[in-house]
Amino acid sequence: MNRRAGEGEVAGRAAGGGGVGGTGRRIEVVRAGALTTVQDAGRRGWAHLGVPRAGALDGPARILANRLAGNPPDAAVLETTLTGCAVRPAGAPYTVVVVGGAVCRVTVDGRPAAWGAPVRVPEGSVLEAGPALRGLRGYLAFGGGLVSERVLGSRSADLLSGLGPPVLRDGDVLPLGGDGGGRGGCPADAVPWPGAPAELVLPLWPGPRHAWFTPAALHTLTTAVYRVSAQSNRIGLRTEGPPLERSRSGELPSEGMVLGAVQVPPDGRPVVFLNDHPTTGGYPVVGVVAASALPAAAQAVPGTPVRFVAA
Amino acid sequence: MRMRREPAGSGGRTGGDTRPAGLRVLPAGPDALLVECGSGEAAEAFHAELLRRRAEGELPAVGEIVPGARTVLLDGVGDRTLARRLLTWAVPPLPRGAGTAVEIPVVYDGPDLAEVAGAWGVDTAEVARIHSGTEFRVAFCGFAPGFGYLTGLPGHLGVPRRATPRTRVPAGALALAGPYTGVYPRASPGGWQIVGHMPEPDTLWDPEREPAALLGPGVRVRFVEAG
Repeated sequence: MNRRAGEGEVAGRAAGGGGVGGTGRRIEVVRAGALTTVQDAGRRGWAHLGVPRAGALDGPARILANRLAGNPPDAAVLETTLTGCAVRPAGAPYTVVVVGGAVCRVTVDGRPAAWGAPVRVPEGSVLEAGPALRGLRGYLAFGGGLVSERVLGSRSADLLSGLGPPVLRDGDVLPLGGDGGGRGGCPADAVPWPGAPAELVLPLWPGPRHAWFTPAALHTLTTAVYRVSAQSNRIGLRTEGPPLERSRSGELPSEGMVLGAVQVPPDGRPVVFLNDHPTTGGYPVVGVVAASALPAAAQAVPGTPVRFVAA
Repeated sequence: MRMRREPAGSGGRTGGDTRPAGLRVLPAGPDALLVECGSGEAAEAFHAELLRRRAEGELPAVGEIVPGARTVLLDGVGDRTLARRLLTWAVPPLPRGAGTAVEIPVVYDGPDLAEVAGAWGVDTAEVARIHSGTEFRVAFCGFAPGFGYLTGLPGHLGVPRRATPRTRVPAGALALAGPYTGVYPRASPGGWQIVGHMPEPDTLWDPEREPAALLGPGVRVRFVEAG
């Protein structure tokens, strides 16, 4: 099977059909939603070949959903964006599903079901994760985990380079692993879902090129209120706000970039690089947001105020 | 901005130390260092030294080592004293002919071939002769998985990027920009000057192969006129 990332290729559609897990357990995608992808912990160690890390943007939500579903923390889940999705499990009498991350209404065949807790979905029933009521990115963990093929060690879809399974479409079939669905989920009395921030506060460490900006620009960056732009995606959280003025002109030769790098393109508006970011780039990085602060960025809806504060 | 300053190596150098000329270590967040070298050649040599020391177990835990045009990024640095120690390393220049070599069959028939010939002041056949007579080296990767930035052409043969990028450059396109040559591993938008194509671009990138990228950093490359 061709797993390269050619333009318009649909290799990997249905993500391996049922031939990967071998259990015959699967989910059918009834409503794919605006942007739903398969994500695990991502692929590490390939940045020098131009391969982004990918992986669920809200890692803690992915881990918690997996735990509640009885999965290892790094099992592959679905990451939805704003509008949720609907799936129909098949191949087992029931399938445990946990919907977490962004808060939403959950139904099974139209009847209300629990959000943020294990739900037993009978074969043939449709579980619907509705549009996000708070937050942006929802996570659906299935007992046994999604077992689409690994590319460079990860099952994650990478939207920049096109590695991994393609963005979900209605009618896709995704295989589940595990032991046939016999295990229940893991109940818990209280679970810490941080939820969507009313204001996104991003601790900022020095970046390699902060000297490329005027003192006034650096002052602006840590005092002004920016807002999350609707142009944000898995590659970067774009911001709207006062542009940052450079103290020097000219091009920057391409250099390696880290997760959380705050890059400033010619329009002067800071972009916080998220999991699908390019591994090298040519605009100056003024600062770096610590990775631990980025799950909140994954849940910040467009318009959310953003404050960069010195770490 | 009240942010902590560089951990080491920034600013003026003092006499009597053994730092390689032009080396600076810049912070890139809480656990990464960007090592700025004086030139592309110095960056390649420093990258090779990092790989050598890692292979010999001399390098403390570093998550990723990512070369750039004139820099090497160390991401996931567990040892806070590393920045200071990097500056004391003696880095030998990269020996000529070092590293693995690959030959890539290409056809010099690109839509920008005549324009590049004009810029070089030669005819198109001479562009093919000069280009295929040059030994390249992959300085770094980026842009797309398996896209290598190849250096080797003399400085005066650099060409600017196209004023308007193409919305679609086919896989296998052999292209030039600035000091670099590259081959597109997959179709994508692109602004480089296309001088030819590689008949079998599928070999450039294969995640099931080790290594996945044919043109990984440090690989020597020679283009051979096909057919």
